[in-house]
Amino acid sequence: MDILSGRQASLLQETALEVQNLTILGLRSLLNLFRRPLYLRETFEQMDTIGVGSLVITMLTGFFTGAVLALQTSKTLSSFGAVGYTGQLVSVTLVRELGPVLTAIVVAGRVGSGIASELGSMLVSEQINAMRALGTDPSKKLVTPRVLASITMVPVLTIICDLVGVLGGFFVAYFLLGISPVLYLTSAYDRLTYSDLVQGLIKPPIFGFIIAVVGCYCGLRTYGGTQGVGRSTTQSVVTSMILVFVSDFFITRLLLAFI
Amino acid sequence: MGDSNWDPLSPAIELKNVVKYYDDALILNNVSFTVRRGETKIILGGSGSGKSTILKLIIGLEKPDEGEIWIDGEEISRFRESDLMRVRQKIGMVFQEGALFDSLSVADNVAYRLHEQGELDEEEILAVVAKTLGFVDLEDAIEKMPSELSGGMRRRAAIARALVGSPRIMLYDEPTAGLDPLTARTINELVIKLRDLEGVSSVFVTHRLKDVFSMANQYLGHQDGVLRYMTEEEGNLCLVNTRLLMLRDGSIIFDGFDEEIRQSQDEYIQKFLA
Repeated sequence: MDILSGRQASLLQETALEVQNLTILGLRSLLNLFRRPLYLRETFEQMDTIGVGSLVITMLTGFFTGAVLALQTSKTLSSFGAVGYTGQLVSVTLVRELGPVLTAIVVAGRVGSGIASELGSMLVSEQINAMRALGTDPSKKLVTPRVLASITMVPVLTIICDLVGVLGGFFVAYFLLGISPVLYLTSAYDRLTYSDLVQGLIKPPIFGFIIAVVGCYCGLRTYGGTQGVGRSTTQSVVTSMILVFVSDFFITRLLLAFI
Repeated sequence: MGDSNWDPLSPAIELKNVVKYYDDALILNNVSFTVRRGETKIILGGSGSGKSTILKLIIGLEKPDEGEIWIDGEEISRFRESDLMRVRQKIGMVFQEGALFDSLSVADNVAYRLHEQGELDEEEILAVVAKTLGFVDLEDAIEKMPSELSGGMRRRAAIARALVGSPRIMLYDEPTAGLDPLTARTINELVIKLRDLEGVSSVFVTHRLKDVFSMANQYLGHQDGVLRYMTEEEGNLCLVNTRLLMLRDGSIIFDGFDEEIRQSQDEYIQKFLA
């Protein structure tokens, strides 16, 4: 007796194929770094779009997350008479977990969707075919610059998100909770360990890679005209968010075992 | 044009028993034809008959499931993408609707291939761009963005982009579709100009009979020291190097000259020409 029905087997096969193609595209985008031409101009343009373009929204996200964290944790901490640890809790939570994940979510929503819709529109209007016909490899010209820019810019955005988040927590701690600024900042800074920083800096480039590769993959497999572009955009955001959460769990598990 | 492998006796394009499926649908069924050097092959057929697929196979954007595709004496159907890049330098393609890069100006679109090759400096590239845009009578649009161009201008800019690098083979995918008769005529005259002045081999996909008969009957030549488009009707000796090929449901049902297609007794062809 077959364990899987024909429909289930076909779905499993399709999913495996999608994962395989996504992996191939990701590997190709990295291998292209060792093949000429390098398209540095396109890479810097993408760095500007991804990095500078996402700066304000990342800062806002970081600031209010830090502020809410301070509000929520101080309430619990005060019942133990440990409100002075608010700074530590905000900084450690942001640096280890919330900074990388929230930045990745913001970038996936803003940049991943943009990449998918741009490449999807180029595909349906035959610009990608025109590019190939003119002797250009689209994976080199379009995918690699976006992946490289995302790998480098997501960590920068994450660091900014962490800093602004700690600042948001500081405002709440000082103005609303009446915690001494020195106490907050000292506990926020002193309690951060090497392990926290490593965790906080290893995740963002991986998330950046996932977002850009998923965005490019969804864009480059668009079908069905403008409606298809919308579908690819949605799929890109949903898929990259899920992959960010799943990979976050496994990276954290792995890092906790070694650091 | 300085390719050491160039064999003047081999056909520019040759398809041998090509079969192509999309999923389970048969798109091309045992298609074979030859385009000689300097010849224009007009492919006629209804929507979905496989016309555009043939162009994509010739330039290597798609691979055949069976059969062989010979370009300039090389069998390309099993080539890897990196090898196809070299073959594509010999071919220019004009896509339906032009497929101009909408984030680049007309000048940058036309200069695209040269920028990618990186062999010329900016001044030399600009000179090539100006000359090519002059050929398609679009010098004034050099700084414009594709969104600012009319349909006809977009097609002419696409032809200019395809012409950069002096390809020996040109592929046109319905370049006159959706254009008014005057603009369509301008495009046809450009194709004739390339065929008769530059000796470019080409495949021209269309379902407009007006295109077919204007290209099959007109030629560009010198008369009293002036270049002009002439026709057989004017009593001139016709040296037109154009053949027609008709597809129906992925199979070739006609391959010959325009006089022959007019005399065809095939019911589908007669309906198509009516």
